[in-house]
Amino acid sequence: MLAFIARRLGVMLATMLALTFVVFTLVNLEPNLRKLALEQNNNRMTSEQVESWLEANGYRRPLVVRYGEWLGNTVTGELGYSTRFRKPVADILPERLGYTGILAFWVMITMVPSALVVGVLAGMREGSKTDRSLSVLSIATTATPEYVSGILFTVIFASWLGLLKGVAKAGDVTFVNFTLPVMTMSLYGMGYIARMTRASMAEVMTSQYIRTARLKGLSFRAIVVKHALRNALIAPFTVIMLQFPWLLTGVVIVEKLFNYKGFGWVLVEAADNNDIDLLLACSIVSVAVVIITQLISDIGYAYLNPRIRVK
Amino acid sequence: MEPLGFFEIWAGVIVRFWPVWLGLAVIMGSSAVFKRRLGLYGRLYDSNVGMIGLGIVLFWILTAIFPEIIATFDPIEQFASIKRKPPGTIETSAGIPAYFGGDNLGRDLFSRMVHGSQFVLTVAPAATLVAYMVGISLGLPAGYFGRMMDAVLTFIANLVLAFPVILLFYLLVTPGVRETAIPNVMSGVFFAFPIVFFVLLFYSRYATRPQLLAVLLAATGLIGAWLYAGLVFDSDPFGLIRLEPNELNIFAAVVFASSPGVFRIVRGLTMDIKTRDYVAAAQTRGERAWYIMLWEILPNARGPLIVDACLRIGYTTILLGTLGFFGLGLAPESPDWGSMINQTRGFIRIAPTIVLPQTVALATLVLGLNLLADGLREQSLKD
Repeated sequence: MLAFIARRLGVMLATMLALTFVVFTLVNLEPNLRKLALEQNNNRMTSEQVESWLEANGYRRPLVVRYGEWLGNTVTGELGYSTRFRKPVADILPERLGYTGILAFWVMITMVPSALVVGVLAGMREGSKTDRSLSVLSIATTATPEYVSGILFTVIFASWLGLLKGVAKAGDVTFVNFTLPVMTMSLYGMGYIARMTRASMAEVMTSQYIRTARLKGLSFRAIVVKHALRNALIAPFTVIMLQFPWLLTGVVIVEKLFNYKGFGWVLVEAADNNDIDLLLACSIVSVAVVIITQLISDIGYAYLNPRIRVK
Repeated sequence: MEPLGFFEIWAGVIVRFWPVWLGLAVIMGSSAVFKRRLGLYGRLYDSNVGMIGLGIVLFWILTAIFPEIIATFDPIEQFASIKRKPPGTIETSAGIPAYFGGDNLGRDLFSRMVHGSQFVLTVAPAATLVAYMVGISLGLPAGYFGRMMDAVLTFIANLVLAFPVILLFYLLVTPGVRETAIPNVMSGVFFAFPIVFFVLLFYSRYATRPQLLAVLLAATGLIGAWLYAGLVFDSDPFGLIRLEPNELNIFAAVVFASSPGVFRIVRGLTMDIKTRDYVAAAQTRGERAWYIMLWEILPNARGPLIVDACLRIGYTTILLGTLGFFGLGLAPESPDWGSMINQTRGFIRIAPTIVLPQTVALATLVLGLNLLADGLREQSLKD
């Protein structure tokens, strides 16, 4: 198990390095640097002045050297200065990440249990009417991206019924304020988890030990709750962990849609305003989220499933 | 003039879609009659879910083929009299109703929605097809040979998969990137894969029949070079095939984002199928590796791949919508659904219906593709 974790950690570090290098290269493309130079000097510069500004600020050194320097700074917690917010990056990110954390927490809390219930209900009697209607329902939710469902909900609940707010203020956890973004995000992710749970549940229900339990005369409820559920929930665990990266894209869309000023909103602001340091920091955070959840899901899966652990 | 009522609007819309209904009736009617001879496609007509999905997808395909006949207005022309107006408002100068109202600049939403289907339904399947060529050309050898090649390719695929999609788009689909050579290099690499794929496909099978091989390779080379010149270098000698620079950029980014997924599924299927008896038989016959991969393994992996392709076209549609939603890459006047959503969503308070046509259109297309995939999976499992 330890060797397994060590190997996964190694791969994770290599992935992290490769990805940050790619992001670094793309953010520091020539047109972006020129734009940065012009923006920092009120757009009044000849191309020689741009060149000398870039030279003076160290943007003309080899890319690998600058990447190494940036990496060193990042590891020591020095994330640079945001040109968009005119503050050090380290002052902006934690606050925004906190807001997004609250949002993600509520999304997970509503999405995961309901998805598991839907999946188990659909999978325990494969091919039944319940199964069919729940499956179509989960297909429908996966087919509706956030920017579609969010807008439809806003039209229905905010414009026509006037029950909920169409914009969400960050940090204000109230029903009126939070329902729409949370509902939008959890509904899109729910279908996928539910379908995975359903497939896993349906497979378990056809296995030998369930038949044995049924032949022993156990009630259907006891079979499902005591025997089937535990094995059926291993596969969805991985899926749930892998939802976090998806949650990240969802967060960016939903935060833009509802003007919720969290991490996703900052990412969009940084990218739209060519804010190099902030964008790099955001990229690091998002790549780290993806990779760490992958690691946890790998380890957790091996831990939950003895057949893999032994191998 | 009086605006149209609810039923008049829908009656008008249904009448405008007449070429689509006609096409649907012809295609689905004749297919249902001959369904026993049509293999997997024919068996779709035995499944309700699959048939509904197919119907929705065909509806949008036919709409994308006949937008000029269906649409009432020019998709980018602006009319002051329907600006931000509710559905059914009559445009005063022409006297034609704007069935779904006008957008924030006074363009007819119905016509824009109809024309918008064209962009999605050309780019999404084309990008998925190219992603499939890339994924198959790399996934087959990775799964078949394993070892170093597999390890390296899997690492790269995981690298791309670990990239948050939204960040990828913000870095790749920007005006800045368009000034560099990156889109051309990327599309140059991606569009080389279909050519490589077909050359390998024909060579591995017809190497002993030089005449047929020469014809096939010449055809591949000519068509490949023509498409390649038109798409990558924007220098098609006939001027038929060209992409706007921003479209090339979007195309490359979408292919880049979806080919690792295809790679993974092809690799997994190959690892499974290569243990089968018929592969062992081919190996004993002394067939070459590429023949086994392309002519023994690939045809037997087609079921899951077709299902996955349907899902992936749907996912690519969502991605294209995301790009439009963030205002990335596409021209502002372009009538694609994502950009329409982005431009109109600020006016929900003034006219709540202003965002509905494009959002519902996008959702139904993706839903149709997902239902179709589900029906295909269900029917292919019945074998």
